[in-house]
Amino acid sequence: MVSVRSIANTPSSLTPNDLPWIIEHREDRCTLCGKCAAVCPVGTLKLTYMRKRMPQLVLSSSERGSAYKTFVGIRQSTEVNKRCIGCGSCALVCPNEAIHPIHNSIRDRFRFLNTQQGEPAKRGGRRNEPGASLLDRIIFDRISMLTDPALDAGRHEFSCNTLLGRVLPPEEYVRRKLAGEWIPPVREIFPFVIGSMSFGALSPNMWLGLLQGVAYCNEVLGIPVVMATGEGGCPPWVLRSPFLKYIILQIASGYFGWDEIIRAIPEMQCDPAAIEIKYGQGAKPGDGGLLMWFKVSKLIARLRGVPEGVDLPSPPVHQTLYSIEESVMKMIQTMSMAWNFRVPVYPKISGSTSAKSVLNNLVRNPYAGALMIDGIDGGTGAAYNISMDATGHPIAANVRECYLDLCAQGKQNEIPIFAAGGVGKNGNVTQNGMALIMLGASGVHMGKFIMQAAAGCLGTETNRCNVCNIGLCPKGITSQNPKLYRRLDPDQVAQRVVETFMSIRTEIKKVMAPLGRSQSLPIGMSDALGIDDKDVAERLNIRYVC
Amino acid sequence: MCRLAMKTASEPFSPFSVLQAMEAMQEGYDGSGLGLLLRGLKFADYKYNAGDPILSGIAHTEAALVRLDHLMDKAGFTLKYDHEYDVKKEMIEAQDRHKYVLRVYKKPAAWSKLSAEQVEHELMLTRLALRADGEAHGNDLTAFSLWPDVVMIKEVGWPLDIGIALGLDSGRITSRICMAQGRQNTNYGINLYACHPFFIQGVATMTNGENTAFIPIKDWLSGRSYPGYIGYQSDSEVFAHILHYVTKQLKLPLETYKHVITPLKNEELAKHPQGDFLRGLRDACRRLIIDGPNAVIGTLPDETSMLVMDAKKMRPATVGGKPGEWAIASEMCGVDAMIPDRDRSKDFQPMREHTVIIPPDRQELQIWSQFDQLPIHQAA
Repeated sequence: MVSVRSIANTPSSLTPNDLPWIIEHREDRCTLCGKCAAVCPVGTLKLTYMRKRMPQLVLSSSERGSAYKTFVGIRQSTEVNKRCIGCGSCALVCPNEAIHPIHNSIRDRFRFLNTQQGEPAKRGGRRNEPGASLLDRIIFDRISMLTDPALDAGRHEFSCNTLLGRVLPPEEYVRRKLAGEWIPPVREIFPFVIGSMSFGALSPNMWLGLLQGVAYCNEVLGIPVVMATGEGGCPPWVLRSPFLKYIILQIASGYFGWDEIIRAIPEMQCDPAAIEIKYGQGAKPGDGGLLMWFKVSKLIARLRGVPEGVDLPSPPVHQTLYSIEESVMKMIQTMSMAWNFRVPVYPKISGSTSAKSVLNNLVRNPYAGALMIDGIDGGTGAAYNISMDATGHPIAANVRECYLDLCAQGKQNEIPIFAAGGVGKNGNVTQNGMALIMLGASGVHMGKFIMQAAAGCLGTETNRCNVCNIGLCPKGITSQNPKLYRRLDPDQVAQRVVETFMSIRTEIKKVMAPLGRSQSLPIGMSDALGIDDKDVAERLNIRYVC
Repeated sequence: MCRLAMKTASEPFSPFSVLQAMEAMQEGYDGSGLGLLLRGLKFADYKYNAGDPILSGIAHTEAALVRLDHLMDKAGFTLKYDHEYDVKKEMIEAQDRHKYVLRVYKKPAAWSKLSAEQVEHELMLTRLALRADGEAHGNDLTAFSLWPDVVMIKEVGWPLDIGIALGLDSGRITSRICMAQGRQNTNYGINLYACHPFFIQGVATMTNGENTAFIPIKDWLSGRSYPGYIGYQSDSEVFAHILHYVTKQLKLPLETYKHVITPLKNEELAKHPQGDFLRGLRDACRRLIIDGPNAVIGTLPDETSMLVMDAKKMRPATVGGKPGEWAIASEMCGVDAMIPDRDRSKDFQPMREHTVIIPPDRQELQIWSQFDQLPIHQAA
């Protein structure tokens, strides 16, 4: 064995084979156009001149024994910061299908070295847990055929909407109606909600496309879809537009964007759909929101009232308040009062074994409009890997526990529970959502799914792309860089939003019809659920089937 | 499958005539059992005072009967009349029927200070105590009802045979209302309590069909912590409890029942004179929305009878009759058998918006539509 001193060999040295994604390049098809290198969001690709020896048999002593040839090829950076993220933008632009990334799950050594400068790995996106999720495995097995054939999903009318807001017990409703007293505001909405993604996390084009699609669903198709802003406010023109009624405004611990919102209240044409107070997020419990400096553009800085180009980490808790009980009570009341008790206000918490305590607090708070629980499979714009991968609580058991707790108190119709975290992560959005609904949720929020379905987000559960945090989204979904977000046409996003919700609506009917349900969303219809896992069935109190 | 028959008349009639009507519809049921409710009673052997509570049930053993006596004594009831059915035991499938109980009691003296509502509550608690006692002793005691002017019978077997086996053809018992249903709950395990009609505090219903929204409704009713909302061996029991909840707990008029179990759609409520009230009611009672297919026949303590359908799929039911005498049955031949001499052109099959109400005076059939104004002033 000989030493090869010319090769750099540090502890952090990597070869392309050690990276999570390996570029496969076919020189025979490459036209050397350079588009792949130009489009690569992380700059991993380099078109380089390379030299290779062409050994030949030479009989004459006047000639040398080897010839050298130069050629132009692709080189993949092995630097940690410039490793291929697998987004496949190169394949998208290649005219000759000469290049594409290949997932390297076996020899990925990169993960051990992704701590340069002492900074643990961070990413945006998802939890990266491939394979069927628990929600994917729940099936609907109570087919109604005892006395009647199933309903016709195509011909019958279905009532698939849900309620968001505090619902009074019937006795109290009748009493207050008689006495002319205040009745808490309730919104009738589509049970699949576009989950909170902030104006800042999303590009302006993505945001506009979502809003256009949501407005079309409401005003043309009669599907009352609502979307939630994350922390960071709402564009001023939207606040003063009639579209505000389709928007759930979120207030979180950084209070970003709320100056703008409060100032706009007197000029609002309509009330927002609801106010969501964020206490926690499923993907990163214990962390506040984080908008990294890459994405704090001029517009975002103005909306949030901060300088451009600085990291915006929100505190993990609402700093001004003493405990979650006090916080929930005061904030819910303050927010209710801001809109004169006409808008439902509810907290969003991360899935947790202590979710029931928060819920029981809400039950006693007459102004609390709902509880939103976000499970560990939820997505995020930016978080530490450790938070995203290993911190939190799966949503199914959490929702079920809370629902059964409400049932025991007879309050399940009074405080709707909304669930999120992995709904549609493998594409089965209606199945996942309806399973959660039958476990007891009144509706579900979905974020990653809508980015994938409506805007073609490239992320997958095998750690593909996942760079939402650094503003380099190759599709222009989570970037504030006009060069990137101009790639996304808001009209096309809107069209995809509409197509997505139309198909969810049809699929809801396809689930409800065989169960013999059409008059109301089958919330808590747990007798219709089955799963091929005894332990899960026991934990969720549903049927074990095999 | 099951078939339902109900007759209400100003003059008491024999329940056997309703069982014969069931026979006319025999192709439609499996004959696995009979559930019978009689209201507005007249006994040939006894002059009944309509305010006295009547206990209906089965003591399956002698020991159970002794315990029943003891419990009723302890609660302060005085036995006034003990009806002995002319039982032909060989015609009854089940062997463990020591005594079919039909007993008229005098209310405990201590109750004289109680309000009517409190008395009703105590009657229910006494019935539930008897039921619990039976359940604690291997189901050897079954208590169907304890209420003034109501008798109930539930048994396994062919309906007409049960009628003969219990001597109902003798005319010793007649009533102004008779509800009959021809099936045990074969969907699940057979349990006498699971047989329609269902009864709670004078409110009774029987149903045709499958209640696909059963579990969420049951979960909600169970959460009321109301002692009478128990059982649910049958998915149809919730219909009786919802009717009880609407009329007795919410104290809303009977017409509201339909708005609770099958609320109108948004666009319909927008045009309804009380749309705002009804929309709020729909939200508040959302877990009580039924999903059918069902036809629900009910009777109330004041001898009002009613019939409603689910909102979409519906089960067959026809109502027909003449002033003083009305019948509701799953099939027209059932109505024919009960009231042959009526104007058949005036028979009516309710649609999704209708509530058919036969008021206690039985002079006319009221067909009330959900689109009509409700008789409640506060919502107007």
